[in-house]
Amino acid sequence: MLRLEPRPEASRLMSYLSPLLAAVLTLMAGMAVFSMLGKDPVEGLRLFLLNPVKDLYGVSELLLKATPLMLCAIGLAVGFRANIWNIGAEGQFMLGTVGATGVALYFQESDSSLILPTMVFAGALAGAAWAAIPALLKTRFNANEILVSLMLVYVAQLFVSWLVFGPWKDPDGFNFPQTAMFGDHALLPVLVEGTRLHFGFLIALTALLAGYAFMNRSYTGFKMRVAGEAADAARYAGFSANRMIWIGLLTGGAAAGIAGMCEVAGPMGQLTDKVSLGYGFAAIIVAFVGRLNPVGILFASLLMALLYIGGEQVQQYMNLPSSISLVFQGLLLFFLLGSDVFIHYRLKFGRATA
Amino acid sequence: MTSPPPPSSTLPPRLVLRDIRKVYPTVVANDGINLSVAPGEIHAVLGENGAGKSTLMKIIYGVTRPTSGEMQWEGQAVTVSSPAHARELGIGMVFQHFSLFETLTVVENVALALPGKPDLDELARRIEAVSQRYGLPVDPRRHVHALSVGERQRVEIVRCLLQNPRLLIMDEPTSVLTPQAVRKLFETLRQLAAEGCAILYISHKLDEIQELCHTATVLRGGRVTGHCKPAEETPESMARLMIGKDLPVCEHGSPTHTGEIRLRLAGLSHASADPFATDLRDIHLDVHAGEIVGIAGVSGNGQQELLRAISGEEVLAEKFPVQILGVEAGRLNPGQRRKLGMCFVPEERLGRGAVPTMSLADNAILTAAKTQGLVAGGFLSFSRARSFAERCINGFGVKCGGAAAPARSLSGGNLQKFIMGREILQSPRLLVCAQPTWGVDVGAAAFIRQALIDLRNRGCAVLVISEELDELFEICDRIAVIAKGRLSPLRPVAETTVEDIGVWMSGLWPGSELSTDSAAEVAHA
Repeated sequence: MLRLEPRPEASRLMSYLSPLLAAVLTLMAGMAVFSMLGKDPVEGLRLFLLNPVKDLYGVSELLLKATPLMLCAIGLAVGFRANIWNIGAEGQFMLGTVGATGVALYFQESDSSLILPTMVFAGALAGAAWAAIPALLKTRFNANEILVSLMLVYVAQLFVSWLVFGPWKDPDGFNFPQTAMFGDHALLPVLVEGTRLHFGFLIALTALLAGYAFMNRSYTGFKMRVAGEAADAARYAGFSANRMIWIGLLTGGAAAGIAGMCEVAGPMGQLTDKVSLGYGFAAIIVAFVGRLNPVGILFASLLMALLYIGGEQVQQYMNLPSSISLVFQGLLLFFLLGSDVFIHYRLKFGRATA
Repeated sequence: MTSPPPPSSTLPPRLVLRDIRKVYPTVVANDGINLSVAPGEIHAVLGENGAGKSTLMKIIYGVTRPTSGEMQWEGQAVTVSSPAHARELGIGMVFQHFSLFETLTVVENVALALPGKPDLDELARRIEAVSQRYGLPVDPRRHVHALSVGERQRVEIVRCLLQNPRLLIMDEPTSVLTPQAVRKLFETLRQLAAEGCAILYISHKLDEIQELCHTATVLRGGRVTGHCKPAEETPESMARLMIGKDLPVCEHGSPTHTGEIRLRLAGLSHASADPFATDLRDIHLDVHAGEIVGIAGVSGNGQQELLRAISGEEVLAEKFPVQILGVEAGRLNPGQRRKLGMCFVPEERLGRGAVPTMSLADNAILTAAKTQGLVAGGFLSFSRARSFAERCINGFGVKCGGAAAPARSLSGGNLQKFIMGREILQSPRLLVCAQPTWGVDVGAAAFIRQALIDLRNRGCAVLVISEELDELFEICDRIAVIAKGRLSPLRPVAETTVEDIGVWMSGLWPGSELSTDSAAEVAHA
C-alpha cells in the first residue's frame, strides 16, 4: 500500500526538483490530451515544444513573450515572499499600458529621446497606483488584498475598453477599438534585426538582477522574508507590517506596469482592448514554478512563453482551439502544487508502523 | 517533607511497561523503558526536557504507538490504540497545556470529552458532586475564559475523575500554580491514591517529588537511569540520576552599586483588544542600572501583555507610561526602543525570538542589524552577520551545526542560549527577559542565570519575568508580583520569602486594591 509519511525536514532538493517533475507530468498529460482529441501526441508535442524554437526568429519570439512574464513575476515574487498575495498583476499591467500610452499620445509629434524613459516611469507609476488601492485598504481596514487586487483587474479591463472605444480611439482607425500607432520615438528599439525582440527584454533581465539584489542582499528584502516566514518574529524585531504591505504591493504593481509599457511600446505599438493575453495571471504561476527565485523565474517564464507560443502553433497546424494554452498552464500549476507535497512528505510502501 | 506511607504491595500492578522503545526519524525518544505502577501508588517520572517523559506518557495514553515493547494493564497485555481507548480502559490524563474551549462553559467542555450526548443538567450535578468530594471547587456553569489557570486545571482534573480513572497521568501540573494551590493539589492527589487510583506524576521539580511521590523512575536521554524511593533520597542524589552530574549553583553576590533608572513604568494601564487577554492596570516600576528586578506571577495574569507593552510590540496610546533610558517611549515601535539601548528576549523562541527556517547568521541580523553594524548602505553584510552569530555560538556554548544551521534544527535549550547570547552580546543598557530558562536543561539554565548576573555586574539594568519562583529568588535583587494585571510593590529579595511571594501571587499584597471577595476567589485558585 502507498502512503505519505512526513519528512523530518523539508527537502531542499525536492523543492528544486518539484517544478521539473511538474513540467514532465504536464507534458505527459498534454500527450494524453492530444491523443484524446484524436491527434498524434508525438507530433503534437513536437509542434508544441520544438517547432516554436527551431530557428532564431522562433527563439526571439519566445524571449519576447517571456519578457512581460518575467517582469510581472519578479515583482509579484517580492510580495509573495512576505505573504502579500497580489493577484491583480493583470490589472496593474493594464494600467501600465494606459500610463505609457497616455505619454505616447500626448507627445505624439515630439522626437525627444526622453519620451521612452517617461513612458517607463508613467507605466510604473500607473501600475503602482493601481496596486496602492489594495495596499491602502489592507493597511487601513484590513481588507483582504487577494480579493481587492483581483476585482480591480476587471475594473482595469473595463477602463481600458472605455478608453479605446471612447476618448483615445484613433480618429483614422476605421472605428476599431484601438489608439493611433505610437510615434517612432515612443517605440522600444529592436535588439536583433529582423525580429520583434525589443529593449524591454533587457529591462526584464535587469529587473531580475535588481530583484535578486533586493530580495537576497538588502536589509528591506530581509525584513520582508522575515515577515513572510514568521510574522511574530518580524513584530518582535520591530519591522513594520504595514511597510511590508506597501513595498510588496507597490513593487508588484510597478513591475507589472513596466511590463505593460513594454508591451504597448514593443510589439503592439498602440493600445487596444486586447492588450494583455493574461500575462498578469500567468505570472503568478511563473513566480511559483520559479520558486520565487529570480533564476527560477527566468526559466519558468521561458517555459510559460513556450506554452503560449506552442498553443498558437497547434492551433495553426492541428486545428486545435487556442484555449489549449490555458489547459497547459492549468496542468502546470496543478502538477506543481501536487509535486510540492513531496517537499514535506515522502512516499512509503507498506503498512504504517507508527 | 515527610512522604506518606507506601501503598500495600500485595495487589498486582495496575500498569507495567516492558522494554518500551520509540524511534522517530531523527531520534530515539524511548529506549528500553521498564516501569511498574501499583494501585494507590503515586509514581514520579522524573527527567529533564527531552528525556523522553512526554513520549512515554503519549504511548500510555494511546496518542502514539511504541516501535516495540509491551504494555500490561491490570495483568493483561494491551495495545492502546487511541486516547478514547485509553479512557475506556480507565486511564485519564491532565495535560500541561489545557485542552479547554474558552468560549464554552465548564459543563459543556466536560460533555465534549464524554461519549454520547450527556444531559447537561445531570452532568452539572455530577461535576459538583465530584468537585465537592475531592475539594476541587468548580462552578460548572461558568465560562472557561473567566476562570483562573488554577480553576482550569481543576476542570481538567474533574473531567478525568468523572470517568473514574484507575490510572491518572499528571503532566507537570504545578508549573501554573501558586505554592498554596500546589498544597491543595497534593491533598487531592493523596486522597485519590488512598482510594486506590494509581498516579503517574511527571515533573522535574525534585522537592515536589520528594514530598508527594512514593516511588520514582528517572529518565535521561530516553533511558531509565534509576528507580528510587524519593523519601530515601536527597535532591542532590536524584539530580545526579537526572542530569548525570551535580546541580550547578550560581554565584550571585550582592549588587555592586545601583545607578540611574533605566526603565520606568509610570502608571502603565492598557486595555487589550483581545477579550481573553488581561488588561494592565496602573503599573508602576523602576529598574535601575546594575540590578536585576524579577516579576513573579501565575501565568496568564498579564505577563504577556506587560512584556508587549515594554518591548513595543504593542504600541501604547500615550508616551509617558513607558520610559526607557529617560525617553518617553510609549509610542515608539520595537526597533526605535532597541535604538535607545534596550534588548529583549521573548518567551516564545521559535517563531518570535527566531525565524525557524532561517540560519543562525540570518537570525543574528534579526535584532542585531543596527547595533552590530550588520547592514551597510541598506545591504546586508553576511560575513559580519556570520562572525557575530559565531560569537554568540561560542560565547554561550550553543550546540549546533554552525552559523549556517537553521534555527529550528536546534533544541529548545540551545536556541534559547543563542537568543540570550544575541541579546546579551549587544551590550544592552537595559535587558528585558521573559522566562529565561523555560524548557532549558538544568546545566544550561545555570549558565543563563550566571550570564544575567554577570550582565548586571557590568552595570546593565535587567528585568526578568518568570513563573519559576526559585529562579527569581536565585538571581533577583528586588522582586514584585503581577496578579490580574496589577503589580505589587517591589521588595528586596533578601527581605522576603517564597511563602510571602506565594501569597502575593493570589493578588493579596499589603495595600492591594482587590476587593475581599475577589481576593478570596483567587486565593484558592
